[in-house]
Amino acid sequence: MSESKPESGPVINPRVTWEGCSVLLDINDGDRLVFARLSAGSTLKIGNKSCSLQPLIGCTFGSLFQVEIGKEKPYLSRFVPPTDDSNVQDEGGSQLQEESRDNRAIIDNNQAQTLTGEDIDAMRRQGATGNEIVEALIANSATFDKKTQFSQEKYRLKKQKKYAPRVLLRRPFCRSICEAYFKKYPARIGFLRVDALSLLLSMANATANSDVLVVDMVGGLATGAVAERLGGSGSVCSTYLGGTPYPTEIIRMFNFSDEICKTIMLFKICTFFHFSSEFCGVPSMTCAQFKMKPVSESANMKMTIQWREKTSLSVGTEDVYLSSKNGDTDLVPENKLSSSSKTCKAPKAGEKAPKQAIQSWKENGFSSLIIAAPEQDAWGLVKDLLPLLTYSAPFAIYHQYLQPLATCMHNLQLEKMAIGLQISEPWLREYQVLPSRTHPCMQMSGTGGYILSGTRMYTDTSQS
Amino acid sequence: MLLMDSSKKISFNRCIREGDLVIVYEKHDTMKAVKVCENSVLQNRFGVFKHLDWIGKPFGSKVFSNKGGFVYLLAPTPELWTLVLSHMTQILYIADIGFVVMYLEVVPGCLVLESGTGSGSLTTSFARAVAPTGHVYTFDFHEQRAASAREDFEGTGISNLVTVGVRDIQGEGFPDEFSGLADSVFLDLPQPWLAIPSARNMLKQDGTLCSFSPCIEQVQRSCETLRSDFTDIRTFEILLRTYEVREWKMDHSKFEDGSSIAGPPCKRRQPSSEASVGDDTSFPAVVARPSAETRGHTGYLTFARRKCVS
Repeated sequence: MSESKPESGPVINPRVTWEGCSVLLDINDGDRLVFARLSAGSTLKIGNKSCSLQPLIGCTFGSLFQVEIGKEKPYLSRFVPPTDDSNVQDEGGSQLQEESRDNRAIIDNNQAQTLTGEDIDAMRRQGATGNEIVEALIANSATFDKKTQFSQEKYRLKKQKKYAPRVLLRRPFCRSICEAYFKKYPARIGFLRVDALSLLLSMANATANSDVLVVDMVGGLATGAVAERLGGSGSVCSTYLGGTPYPTEIIRMFNFSDEICKTIMLFKICTFFHFSSEFCGVPSMTCAQFKMKPVSESANMKMTIQWREKTSLSVGTEDVYLSSKNGDTDLVPENKLSSSSKTCKAPKAGEKAPKQAIQSWKENGFSSLIIAAPEQDAWGLVKDLLPLLTYSAPFAIYHQYLQPLATCMHNLQLEKMAIGLQISEPWLREYQVLPSRTHPCMQMSGTGGYILSGTRMYTDTSQS
Repeated sequence: MLLMDSSKKISFNRCIREGDLVIVYEKHDTMKAVKVCENSVLQNRFGVFKHLDWIGKPFGSKVFSNKGGFVYLLAPTPELWTLVLSHMTQILYIADIGFVVMYLEVVPGCLVLESGTGSGSLTTSFARAVAPTGHVYTFDFHEQRAASAREDFEGTGISNLVTVGVRDIQGEGFPDEFSGLADSVFLDLPQPWLAIPSARNMLKQDGTLCSFSPCIEQVQRSCETLRSDFTDIRTFEILLRTYEVREWKMDHSKFEDGSSIAGPPCKRRQPSSEASVGDDTSFPAVVARPSAETRGHTGYLTFARRKCVS
């Protein structure tokens, strides 16, 4: 076991933030999720106050911060929870068995707390920390001691979230990005749940050195996820119908290095077919033959407009925006590179595919296909794209609805284009695991969509 | 498996060669991994297949036996490999594997520690995820199983990405040489809480851990142990429901009043020998229903992140 220890290169897998990097801020344990870009001037609004995000630069992903109300203005300070303080709900399983308190005598009439709003403001002006205020509120609550231990912790947590909110610095990765969007704006990603996305990647065998053809109508999430798995080798061909590429703002959140960005290329379907007929002997399809249900144009337009207006990647339900003192936008619009300092420049992904890439795809075929077009007709897309895959290449198609996939699978069988066909529906349930309180979570996602997977067969084209 | 080596990558031009590993596909749930050797044959219910006939054909081809039966020859992928292995040992299935790799945030260049190795099905998917610059160190306390796994990894061409060690992780923990270097740790052990303190030492800050346990008691105990040094502790169950698809001809002529059970609107006419367009007695529809047999449980997946202390 004593080979040279491989080093996870900082370029591939950075664990420390840097100026200009994209981050996911998790406020108060998932209550609010905000995508942000770190720079000297960027800020985060919590409640009605703005905190600078500068203290977060140069910190390890996974670090926790607490909002401290300083004498002048609120700031984020690094917070390391003491080991006996974190997740106190589980503290002393044995104590729960001895719990004799219950809530029969507690009347909820809003009069238990003797500290007023003005008292609290006065404390703040004197420099009290958030934690001190929480302790003061507990001390001044008439009913606190009568509560069960579980109830006390719930109370403490509630006050802490209000007076000493915590911000967790998360690394934007396929998993966290997908979960954030699924939680707050699932429609933008076509209700593609994280387990469904993981299945797409596995079933399509997305790996280093592969050339993956992607139809991504889920905001760029699928393209980004594939590029993440490729890690800079191979290529991701993001293709589209019609005149304009689909919105892919999500790709920018991934913190991709230049190397990875270069692997993401745009290529239009129509052009592809004109090339195909010349080189591969595949019958050419004219644009008119695409009988697609048109993409709901207005939905796409709205996404793009919203992004430009807000210049924010927020998925928070409140209005969170990033302001920058020197006026530069923190987020770089798709086809424009900020001319300001290099540190704020977001690397460009999704360049038009260069000729040699196209040539290589023609000669070798794509090694797999992923379609995430939850509002399109699956068969229409598949029958034209499958011939572009190399023989024995796997494919995975995601759809919100079952019927289009059933029709697609049936047609693939009839046309003898693929084998190993399977329609799967992923089912995911989370559990709460606590002493004496273990059970599945009360809330659950009802659907993560459906996936049709299979492998392209070799067809003797001389017969077709 | 083939993809990771550019010279062996599947493509339009790449044909089956001597020494290649192929997946022989008989039907959906019957597959077998075979190493191509020009003098060998494959014998099954469809007859005798000569390997020599396979050489020079593209992957994905249909090949025939002496009796006219046929099978398909597919290029190996970790998913097909898992299905091939599934008849041998108790393993994690595709849904669990895919979810674990994503949730552990395994990407090219990562260092992954795993115990136990078992049949190497998950290990193969880890190898795929860390290629080409990362590495998977997997440990099993059963010497024979470790040796057998090593052979498999040679056969599937991933042995440069995986190192198999014989070690009792529950008793001894992971080797010190990996301290602070692991991006992810995966545990499939009967008593994972015994290995968690060692896992804590191996992981980088914010590194990910996953423990797979069939029983809820194991999960409870693991979570208890995780709480001191880990955060973001979440436990899931994941299952895959499959659907059967059929064509269903519904006979309209039975309804005198002209009403009918309309099938879902078919966007395309089936191009095969269906009734002519003007047919008014039957209306083919494609219908789907969940498969009657399905898996009820594989195990609970508990994930956690190593706390940041600096």
